[in-house]
Amino acid sequence: MDLLLDAVVTGVLLGCFYGAVSLGLSVSFGLLDVPHVAHPAFLVLASYGVFIINEQYGIDPLIAGLLITPLFFVFGLIAYRLYYETFEKRGSDAGVRGIAFFFGVAFIIEVLIIIQFGVDQRAVTADYIGKSWRIADTRIPYRMLVAFAVAAALTIVLTLYLSRTFMGRAIRAVAQDQEALRLMGANPIRVKQWAFGIATAVLGIAGALLIIVAPVDPTLDRAYIGRTFCVVVMAGLGSMSGTLVAAIILGVAETIVTTMVGASWAPAISFAMLLGVLAVRPQGLFGRRS
Amino acid sequence: MKRSGAAFWIGAAAFLAVAFVMTKVIGNQYPFFAGYVILQFIALAVAWSILGGYAGYVNFGTSAFYGVGVYASVFLVKAFGAPLPVQILTAAAIGALMGFALGLLTLRMQGIFFSIATIALTIIIETVVTNWRYVGGAAGIQIQRPPVTAPFDNYVQLLFFIQAVLVVLAVAISRYIQNSWIGRGLQALKDDELAAECSGVPTLRLKLLACVISGALLCAVGAPGAMYLQYADPSSAFNLNYSVSTLAMSLIGGTAHWIGPVIGAIVLSTTQQLLTVTISSEVNVLVLGVMLVLFVVGAPEGIIGLARRIFHRSNEGRE
Repeated sequence: MDLLLDAVVTGVLLGCFYGAVSLGLSVSFGLLDVPHVAHPAFLVLASYGVFIINEQYGIDPLIAGLLITPLFFVFGLIAYRLYYETFEKRGSDAGVRGIAFFFGVAFIIEVLIIIQFGVDQRAVTADYIGKSWRIADTRIPYRMLVAFAVAAALTIVLTLYLSRTFMGRAIRAVAQDQEALRLMGANPIRVKQWAFGIATAVLGIAGALLIIVAPVDPTLDRAYIGRTFCVVVMAGLGSMSGTLVAAIILGVAETIVTTMVGASWAPAISFAMLLGVLAVRPQGLFGRRS
Repeated sequence: MKRSGAAFWIGAAAFLAVAFVMTKVIGNQYPFFAGYVILQFIALAVAWSILGGYAGYVNFGTSAFYGVGVYASVFLVKAFGAPLPVQILTAAAIGALMGFALGLLTLRMQGIFFSIATIALTIIIETVVTNWRYVGGAAGIQIQRPPVTAPFDNYVQLLFFIQAVLVVLAVAISRYIQNSWIGRGLQALKDDELAAECSGVPTLRLKLLACVISGALLCAVGAPGAMYLQYADPSSAFNLNYSVSTLAMSLIGGTAHWIGPVIGAIVLSTTQQLLTVTISSEVNVLVLGVMLVLFVVGAPEGIIGLARRIFHRSNEGRE
């Protein structure tokens, strides 16, 4: 029983972390319908950015993550522009060619990282990494608490941004009906580009969390394709709070399977849940599409 | 039509004859090692495009089929010491079943969701194999090659020739589908599934057929892979690179005609083989990524699309 409780606690924390790394995809794939399979590759790239800053200047990884967000925002603007010009503008089967395109991008990022840093794992240093907090018999690593807090903060900020600010509402509007936005005299492409920029900028901080939680290696993105897409599809495409809840479900499921059955089964969990959701309830648990 | 059919079969026979003569003439083993990989990718790309190209259902699960093919062989060799033809046929049968399951998935999912589901299937199957101790688990398993049979002096040459036969088989099937009502039906459902269904095209049956054929071929191509490497482990047998490479080859060549994947596979895998030898295996993943992006962005119809455009332009110039 203690074991199960332990697993649930760890799972919730892990799930919040998964939520943080999925939020960007929840905007880009969930709201904008861009099949962004290179999202985890950008995530790993952000981790390496944080790693460089942390190693060179000894700056805290979270602050390093914040520092690279403007850069990632610009990456996002460029990536969407490229995607729009080559796929959405031309129309036909944008989704399918888009997914091939983003796989290509992911592979390029992966190899460039390997060429620059080699295949070894890289980690960052900070005061809260490696220590843990003991309550009763449970030990909770501080790094997971950091991930938990940052994930919660990110979710709240993004939810508020999407519901309270003018641009945020425009983003949700473009997800619902692009043509209506055009009729209102707004440029839907501009709005989508901005949204994609935000989605990518969030990865700066998510990348910091990724390397805080565990060391990263260049091909780590492959493990996160399943997790992030699972979370976003389960959340029902585009709901931020739903994303966090779905991520927690995934985190708990993975931890329970790891404790009860064995860690070697864990990679299949996210994909099995993803398949289940796709087959049974394609609109997701908290779907915007009925 | 008749004449081009005869030309095709003569070409196929000539190709097999050349492959066979090569095994007699060339003493060096390396060309067969490299050639096997190239042939394998031609067969994979052709088999993939039966579903991915003609029907437009983009299957990212090539590595699932390939890996299952490899492990079907591993299991048969370990359990019964089965000979190569039995391995390939069994793999094809399992692949057909998997294809059928995949076909049922298309009932509920289309477009990108289908693609994501196929990635999911790959990882799930990989995880199951990783946890299957009998075939080695995560650590992998060594496999002993049986002694080589009569016309060949070396097992790699035998595998090379068998892969050449699989290429001819895959191309012949793909060509037949393209020229028959099956291909036209698939084309119709690719353009607009609802419209096709309404005009009386049996879309479900066609999709299932395409999935079964494509799946059986993909698995069959994977089957000799175990003997080729004399070793199998889940993370390389189910490597995502197979899925993306196969897709890239088909897109690079162009999916509108059976020759497209053949050209794409030759271009990409030959380049990769050369780069692996001369520079490093990382660079060939880079080339894969760059070529994929370039072609998807710059030449969505692939090499055959480019060729057609140039051909048409020169025709217009003449008139």
